[in-house]
Amino acid sequence: MSIATRPRNGLTLGMRLRSMSAQTAKYTSLIVASVVTLLPLTVVLFASLKSSTEYASTGPFTPPTNWFDFDNFVTAFTNGAMLEGFVNTAIVLAVSLVGTVFIGTMAAYALDRFAFRGKKLVMGLFLVATLIPSVTSQVATFQLINGLGLYDTKAALILLFMGTDVIALYLFIQFMQSIPISLDEAAMIDGANRWTIYWRVVLPLLKPAIATVIIIKGIAIYNEFYSAFLYLPSQGFISTSLFRFKGPYGAHWEIIAAGTIIVIIPTLIAFLFLQKWIYKGLTSGAVK
Amino acid sequence: MQTSRTDHPTATAALTASDRTRRFRGRGRGTGRPGGHSGSLLRRLTPWFFLATGVGLLLLFTYWPALNLGYYSFTDWDGIDQTKNLVGLQNYIDVFTDPSIFRVFFVSLYYFAASFLQMAIALYFATILSFRTRFSNLFRGILFFPYLINGVAIGFVFLYLFQPGGTLDTVLSWFGVGDPPQWLGDPSLVNWSLAGTSVWRYTGMNFVLFLGAIQSLPHELYEAADLDGASRWQQFWAIIFPGIRRVVGLSFILAISGSLSVFEIPFIMTGGANGSSTFVIETIQTAFTFRQVGLASAMAVVLLLIVLIVTWIQRKVFPDEKVDLT
Repeated sequence: MSIATRPRNGLTLGMRLRSMSAQTAKYTSLIVASVVTLLPLTVVLFASLKSSTEYASTGPFTPPTNWFDFDNFVTAFTNGAMLEGFVNTAIVLAVSLVGTVFIGTMAAYALDRFAFRGKKLVMGLFLVATLIPSVTSQVATFQLINGLGLYDTKAALILLFMGTDVIALYLFIQFMQSIPISLDEAAMIDGANRWTIYWRVVLPLLKPAIATVIIIKGIAIYNEFYSAFLYLPSQGFISTSLFRFKGPYGAHWEIIAAGTIIVIIPTLIAFLFLQKWIYKGLTSGAVK
Repeated sequence: MQTSRTDHPTATAALTASDRTRRFRGRGRGTGRPGGHSGSLLRRLTPWFFLATGVGLLLLFTYWPALNLGYYSFTDWDGIDQTKNLVGLQNYIDVFTDPSIFRVFFVSLYYFAASFLQMAIALYFATILSFRTRFSNLFRGILFFPYLINGVAIGFVFLYLFQPGGTLDTVLSWFGVGDPPQWLGDPSLVNWSLAGTSVWRYTGMNFVLFLGAIQSLPHELYEAADLDGASRWQQFWAIIFPGIRRVVGLSFILAISGSLSVFEIPFIMTGGANGSSTFVIETIQTAFTFRQVGLASAMAVVLLLIVLIVTWIQRKVFPDEKVDLT
């Protein structure tokens, strides 16, 4: 200990003690935050693995007796029509993403690589559109969807998801600005027309931006509740399928818990595999 | 590449070398000057060919509803009737004078207050994780993950947490609280419970934004401060906070419009019962349950205007912030 009292690396014992307690406080706060984050999810996982009698007789913190009792999951998945929800979500997701990527990259190509009359106006239209919170204009959007005869169809959701993604457009434009225009020129000299340049030169180079858009928009569509609730009432979407558990299973928390876990698992898997992309995409797209 | 020449023979064959250069060099200025030959019209239409779908969908699904919203707000339309009677400003007068409508604005204040807590927590963890920390990726992942979870799933997780005799009550009983309140049943508490759920859900997003901003600050600044013997606390106020002030300010502005348009959590968890209804829930119910599309449109226009004003202030206060939204 006598060595420790001597100033080492410019630190006195007092300073080192203080930094040690600061370290303790830091890790304690991190652990507390992790517990607060994970506890609500853990108790739901516990509940989902209990039989209804076990659920009724034990407290929320009692772990399930059988960790491999997936009966509630089977009930939730089959009786809760979650398969329909997953299938519908997958269809809407795939079509909307393909549409968004093509519409967004084509518009970005036109806005970044061409000079034409009306360009400023178009940019302005896209810009102002981001200021309109879509949640407020649903009252009128609903009448439009209804008037087009698309109410209660998946097409309504697909069109809404494709038609309102200005953030994706800006990500594409931003990324396209970093692609040297000399590549376009070289292709042009080789005799390529504009479509060929877009399709063969620009689009392949946009892959990283496309991946980012697919990931953040994919998560947003998977989590979408409002549009599905409003425009697709008679078919299940993943959010609305789960929401319907509220009525019939109101007293069966173990079933609701299983349904909730089923919805969270794909998100968890996506997060574990795509972390880097998700962080990058959200930070570039979020601060409007 | 060679075959493409035959796809649009008129377009490419008519091009001279100087034409090509002008098209590229002239970027940013007006190039599509009307020329005499047949390729000119096609050339001027090319950008519109790429833009058509995007602009079409934008006009149809954003601007057309927005215009209609304005129109409906001056009528007494019920959403079904063929005729819409103009009623002037009556709907707007109702929005501001009917206490049952205007009252729900105050519910936003709970969420607004909660967003301060949310930003404080996010800022704290972003700061400590920006210094060397064991398992920092793990902690970052845990803190961020709630933001990615489906809103309905979060609603159920917290309905389960708040139910009488549930998780929260059990934890409180360990600390000797024997008679916990009805978290979602008591009108004086329900908005705090829901706003707390919202903090749990959105803190991760603020945290990742702040962390990204802190990590983009130049490293030499910390090293210099370390050499000068500045404490972490001093480093925070002298380097970190000024460096990320704009992101914090922006999050604050977003918190205002966010707390005005709260919808999912109260709608899923309580359906707006016990005084937890928010302005958006009220608007949706007015339109689709009570079939007063005119009045609901006026409410939506009011919210829209407030959000636009807030955004305008944001642009004034943070003029450096790029307007290009990325």
